[in-house]
Amino acid sequence: MKPFRTHRGRVAPLDRVNIDTDQIIPKQFLKRIERTGFGQFLFYDWRFAADGKKSANFVLDEPRYEGASILVAGKNFGCGSSREHAVWALADFGFRAVISSSFADIFANNGTKNGFLTVRLSEDEAAELMRRAQEVNAYRLTIDLEQCEVRDDQGFEAKFPIDGFVRHCLLNGLDDIGLTLQHEAEIAAYEALHPPAAAR
Amino acid sequence: MAKSRTLFEKIWDAHLVAQPGGRSPILYIDLHLVHEVTSPQAFDGLRAAGRKVRQPSRTVATVDHNIPTEPRGTPITDLIAAKQIAALQANCKEFGVRLFDMDSPDQGIVHVIGPELGLTQPGMTIVCGDSHTSTHGAFGSLAFGIGTSEVGHVLATQCLAQQTPKTMKIEVRRRFADGVTAKDLALGIIGQIGTDGAAGHVIEYAGEAVRGLSMEGRMTLCNMSIEAGARAGMVAPDEVTFAYVKGKRFAPRDGEWGKAVEYWRGLPSDEGAAFDKVVEIDAAQLSPFVTWGTNPGMVAPVTGRVPEVGNLKESDRRATELALQYMGLEPGKRIEDIGIDRVFIGSCTNSRLEDLRAAARVARGHQVSAKVRAMVVPGSQAVKRAAEQEGLHRIFLDAGFEWRESGCSMCLGMNPDILQPGERCASTSNRNFEGRQGRGGRTHLVSPMMAAAAAIAGHFTDIRDWKFQ
Repeated sequence: MKPFRTHRGRVAPLDRVNIDTDQIIPKQFLKRIERTGFGQFLFYDWRFAADGKKSANFVLDEPRYEGASILVAGKNFGCGSSREHAVWALADFGFRAVISSSFADIFANNGTKNGFLTVRLSEDEAAELMRRAQEVNAYRLTIDLEQCEVRDDQGFEAKFPIDGFVRHCLLNGLDDIGLTLQHEAEIAAYEALHPPAAAR
Repeated sequence: MAKSRTLFEKIWDAHLVAQPGGRSPILYIDLHLVHEVTSPQAFDGLRAAGRKVRQPSRTVATVDHNIPTEPRGTPITDLIAAKQIAALQANCKEFGVRLFDMDSPDQGIVHVIGPELGLTQPGMTIVCGDSHTSTHGAFGSLAFGIGTSEVGHVLATQCLAQQTPKTMKIEVRRRFADGVTAKDLALGIIGQIGTDGAAGHVIEYAGEAVRGLSMEGRMTLCNMSIEAGARAGMVAPDEVTFAYVKGKRFAPRDGEWGKAVEYWRGLPSDEGAAFDKVVEIDAAQLSPFVTWGTNPGMVAPVTGRVPEVGNLKESDRRATELALQYMGLEPGKRIEDIGIDRVFIGSCTNSRLEDLRAAARVARGHQVSAKVRAMVVPGSQAVKRAAEQEGLHRIFLDAGFEWRESGCSMCLGMNPDILQPGERCASTSNRNFEGRQGRGGRTHLVSPMMAAAAAIAGHFTDIRDWKFQ
């Protein structure tokens, strides 16, 4: 997994609440058996008309947000289906992080397994960043995971909370299957006490 | 004296394998359910790392999400879907995982077959790469959805590193009125606490109305926990639970049964156990509900109206306006005046025998409205057989409903069962997100009885006034 330490990038605003994973990556694109190539389908029904032509006015397609790597969105981002394809699509499109005042649990979990950061700020802070991303030309932010801090060049600064272990894994790009398997002896001991039912 | 613990805490504590300092606790997983959509990349990860499935006997797979509901044996015309199904078949063979395949008499929606095969049992930890895994909490198990990376983690280690969630108790006092069901309770709860109202929490549903629910009703209720943002939903096991599990194919047998029940009886939350949050609901105040918007919290009683936007505070107004625009509804419209084009009775929320019986009772002796296309998709092959033995399929077919093969079907529209742009559907499924049932489709979530009544009336109608025949 690619480590996440400090990232600076352009910010795109997506000013909607409760953005569910069906919007992030619609179901017709879940049939691929690879982890790659989902970026072209990101927010598909919002970005493309039914005939496959680009819709006018979708914010991510505005030239001033081209190359954005940080998304600011409304509360409860990533709710709904557990599809990890949502994270794969955001990452493949070029995003490294989403900022919101709240995230659905499974989405946030999936993010951490892919070196993709979900930054939780207060509602006021998230709203302020939304405003700046909409109003300030070429607006950029720095997300500093070592300091657990978000800052811009205009004096905005905010701390964000994150589980210590999750932060450790992200900073070091650790594969958590490997970490769990460090406890092989304890797993084996547990299994000796709790054998599976006989096969039927 | 030992500390009073909740049902959740007892199961959590019993499955802790290790609590490494400064890291998330490592939890043992008793049962891992697998399906075709969220598993191929996980199996690829195992292959790439040269790992095996640690406990094939605790891993069970089926195909449900993208399979057609045409008669079995009809070729799958969607080649990408066929490839995904073939990948699961090959992966199960390579890694020694039991698969209930397309042609199996036990095939069905993963959250329907787990319980009906007796794989789902009280006190277990259960995961699946599907958010509606919360369904299995109806048995007093800790069951939650995971992403594909975590699917790979469980395949390789039979464990998960998990942050400890918070606990929430939802106490449902008194009883439902006739015509009000577990689905209406679920919608009523989400309408009250919001789609993120239980984020970070495991819900325990308790109280008289919950005790009075059948296992099917408890599954419907726990299934929708994720729609309130919960990590999981649970109901303490009781005699209703034990009677359901007993004799099922994978349930404990003989001497094991008595031992298991004795353990299960110790699982309910202790008197005085503390929850991080408590919510109270009065079941007697609930009505049959219909969602009007684009998330399950946008809900109104069938006798109510679509909200007037002007009354809302600014932050809710925009979301409501966007939802009404997508749904093609005017503010203030009466719910009973909303006409429909399609009806879907099915999904892991409401496709079990009891759901089909309830819908059939409404449909008996009536005809589906000439402008409505209605389909019934049983949750599993076993549900389908049982329904046919009772003649439910005859009632549906005579009334003009389609009677199809089991699968997830139009709940998420990964197979050919989808809405056309602008079509409006009364659906017994769990999500009314934009495009969920097909691009441009408009979904209203309801109970099976309300869906059947809407099919016949051609618009939403209060099931409490229904003329049963």
